[in-house]
Amino acid sequence: MPATGEDLGQRLRERDLAAAPAVLNLVESRAPGHKDEIAALLAAVSPAALGGEAPAHVVGVTGPPGAGKSSLLSELVKAWRAQQRTVAVLAVDPSSKRSGGALLGDRARITVDPRDRGVFIRSMAAGGRLGGLAPATRAAAHALAAAFDVVVIETVGVGQSETEVAEVADTVAVVVQPAGGDILQFLKSGITEIPDVLVVTKSDLGQVALRSRRDLNAALRSLGARDTRVVAVSSLAPATGFDDLLVALDEHRERLDVPARRLAARRASALADFMAEHGERGLRALGGRRAAGKLLADEDASLDVPALTRALEQAAAA
Amino acid sequence: MSEHPAHRLPERDRPWMMRTYAGHSTAEKSNELYRNNLAKGQTGLSVAFDLPTQTGYDSDHELARGEVGKVGVPIAHRGDMRALMDGIPLDTMNTSMTINATAAWLFALYIVAAEEQGHDSKLLQGTTQNDIIKEFLARGTYAFPPGPSMRLIADMVAYAVTAVPKWNPINICSYHLQEAGATPVQEIAYALSNAIAVLDAVRARVDEEIMGKVFSRISFFVNAGVRFIEEHAKMRAMSALWEEIGRDRYGVQDPKHLRFRYGVQVNSLGLTESQPENNVQRIVLEALGVTLGRDARARAIQLPAWNEALGLPRPWDQQWSLRIQQILAYETDLLEYPDIFEGSKVMEGLVAELVEGARAEMAVVEEHGGGVEAVGYMKAALVDSHRERIGRIESGDLVVVGQNSYESTEPSPLATGEDGGILTVDPGVEAQQIEALQAWREQRDAGAVEAALEELRRVALASDENIMVATIAAARAGATTGEWAQALRDAFGEYRAPTGVGEASAGPVAVGSELEELRDEVARVGDALGRRIKILVGKPGLDGHSNGAEQIAVRARDVGMEVVYEGIRLTPSQIVTSALQEGVHVIGLSILSGSHRELIPTIIEGLDEAGVDAPIVVGGIIPDADVGPLKNAGVAAVYTPKDFDLTRIMRDIVALVAERNGVAAASA
Repeated sequence: MPATGEDLGQRLRERDLAAAPAVLNLVESRAPGHKDEIAALLAAVSPAALGGEAPAHVVGVTGPPGAGKSSLLSELVKAWRAQQRTVAVLAVDPSSKRSGGALLGDRARITVDPRDRGVFIRSMAAGGRLGGLAPATRAAAHALAAAFDVVVIETVGVGQSETEVAEVADTVAVVVQPAGGDILQFLKSGITEIPDVLVVTKSDLGQVALRSRRDLNAALRSLGARDTRVVAVSSLAPATGFDDLLVALDEHRERLDVPARRLAARRASALADFMAEHGERGLRALGGRRAAGKLLADEDASLDVPALTRALEQAAAA
Repeated sequence: MSEHPAHRLPERDRPWMMRTYAGHSTAEKSNELYRNNLAKGQTGLSVAFDLPTQTGYDSDHELARGEVGKVGVPIAHRGDMRALMDGIPLDTMNTSMTINATAAWLFALYIVAAEEQGHDSKLLQGTTQNDIIKEFLARGTYAFPPGPSMRLIADMVAYAVTAVPKWNPINICSYHLQEAGATPVQEIAYALSNAIAVLDAVRARVDEEIMGKVFSRISFFVNAGVRFIEEHAKMRAMSALWEEIGRDRYGVQDPKHLRFRYGVQVNSLGLTESQPENNVQRIVLEALGVTLGRDARARAIQLPAWNEALGLPRPWDQQWSLRIQQILAYETDLLEYPDIFEGSKVMEGLVAELVEGARAEMAVVEEHGGGVEAVGYMKAALVDSHRERIGRIESGDLVVVGQNSYESTEPSPLATGEDGGILTVDPGVEAQQIEALQAWREQRDAGAVEAALEELRRVALASDENIMVATIAAARAGATTGEWAQALRDAFGEYRAPTGVGEASAGPVAVGSELEELRDEVARVGDALGRRIKILVGKPGLDGHSNGAEQIAVRARDVGMEVVYEGIRLTPSQIVTSALQEGVHVIGLSILSGSHRELIPTIIEGLDEAGVDAPIVVGGIIPDADVGPLKNAGVAAVYTPKDFDLTRIMRDIVALVAERNGVAAASA
């Protein structure tokens, strides 16, 4: 008999990290009977049930292929573990869709001690398009945030992916390699939202990395983004820059109005889940995106995503 | 009448160097084997090291479990090397060592062993394989990241050219590329691109005026498949391109320096487990392919044994292969003529085709940044080629006698003996070796070892100093293979090579109705489970032969499963953790090194403890005698090289998942 959503929620509330695999198996399930279980799970870890926002720092790590995200995560996880923080990584695979087969190879590149129970890594299929998040990933992030100290969502891409990750994460770190000129263009043209932290990898390349960092700082200043920290790291032994990166991530979290960001995240997730189920037609039934947003804003701030989604569904049916 | 006719040589050519790739259990046992082989007429040695030695771990390391003495001999320190070469005069012997990531270390041990025998290193002849790019691409025994690995190679070449001038410090391998599925064009192009990467790295570390000498010390280790005419053309094409590279890229003038020198191990990929006696015919033809034409004849040959797909060959099996070489060299008239293909339109045409194809492919590698940077590109291309080859075998387009055609057979008397026709390594070897290693560590001067390793770490970080001097000093001081490699891992970091499967092109080669049906079934079972079927494909142990695992991973994706594939060299606890965290429905494990008897039960125990109840299937070189015990330990199915039909394996796996999860069979 598989664990129920409520049981799993209870275990997460007690910060039982061993519940994570079963939690993921449940939120990924499309079996008809599981929809209610997923709703029960998320209700059990909602702000209402927790008496406040889930404690984790939810960090989005995103960037173009080959930027060095996995090596970076390897070092980041190590650094967090050295501070005794527990970490869950949701590695979203860009090549896979829910509709077809997929090769998930990323976890191999994140080197951790397999016996360390404070680290959980799960590969997940992407949503419908590049950088898109599947509903299961959003649900997993919301749920695991109740138990882990850090929840990382790793996605690939530049542009759309930051927007989607930003809807779930407290802090978004965009990873670029030096001389990856695209990011400059994207920033200037507004295709890319301004990240909370910009990480330049391969800083062992010296001058090239330094120049990249300067260029990015200049671009951010010209956009008036004074809060975005640019950090240079090297994942090659001996790894450097990770102390600075941890500080930059933590500082962003400290400055953040977490309840406000989380509330926005839950509303965005609910709308995304509603859209995944009911499409543009459903949205029209609600009277469009603005009306949907207003509807959500009128709901109780401590509600979980499925509850908000249900509210939208009821309104659409009315 | 001193004139001799143009179609005959004035005197019979000297035959090539004859070797057998050998070594297992312990240095003493392997030494005995070498002496026997030499007494049978073998003219050189080819040392097979076990996987811990090849990847830089001592026998008592966690990753060495089950691997000690299996596919080769464990060599931990100069005492082991002394025992391995005992009674073999190193001033006249020609020794080839299949060693790569730890080549500098084993080379140092060999130099010190010769020293102990009283021989100057200037006299030493032989080869260290030392080709790391093909380890990243195909063979998997790498230890350090690409940058430092190339530096180790460059240091060895620079050192050997002056201090051990008769030694071939690197043997660029196209062999393993063909085993990984390379077409002849890919084999030529990737091997030569690799050689260019090495030469460029060496050029940055030596004086320009010795580049001619450096160029002349680069030798090759190639493969020869059963399409032996084309394979011969391949050797001629490589020879022509090599000369061109020497002249144009490195300004080498001396014709002697420009000569393409190569050794061969003929193809194992085409050897079959079914009707294994047929492999002898294949081996003979392959040997002919690399000896037929004088202008592109191999300098050294080692032949596999007929029973390689069954398990480890016994001394008698290896003797049979040596006799093939001796009959070719001494009984036939092969060595009496000048080049028999001179003026052949067919040969010229084939060579021109290959040269042109290889040039184009080398340009693509260059565009990707050269041999080191293009590893990901080349790996994906190899996985694709191999996938196509398997597709052709499955469809019957490529005939493999006894496997996909002419399958009916009388029982083979060769494989029915008490030993099942293979060699089994005494499982007690590992414990003995660990005990001997610990005794070695206790009797040596610990202070001297620590000082030598400290110096090694310093030199490793000071990238402008040659690593060989400190390495030889550590060998003299009595350091071990694991200690040497750990010192460098500390300095250089570790590395995981790209698996190639993520980039392999989507969609099956041959979309048949069978595959379509299977996809529907995968979707149906996935719907019933609530999630898409998820499979973990794992390679436990140190074995780097990942072709099988890669093809299973790609095919599982193609039929619609979610596949977690993490590449090679996983510990049992890594596999257990991945299976648990990823929530997989089934686990496929691949082992070719013979360590399945130790590793699989350990993994099953770990899964039980973690509460993972996914069924396990095992693939690899698994002798018949081991299938029963594996199934008793809880393995659901075992697949060996004769199970070439991947779609059938997939169908089994889907049925297994359905059954374990109580999903009813599809209605007919």
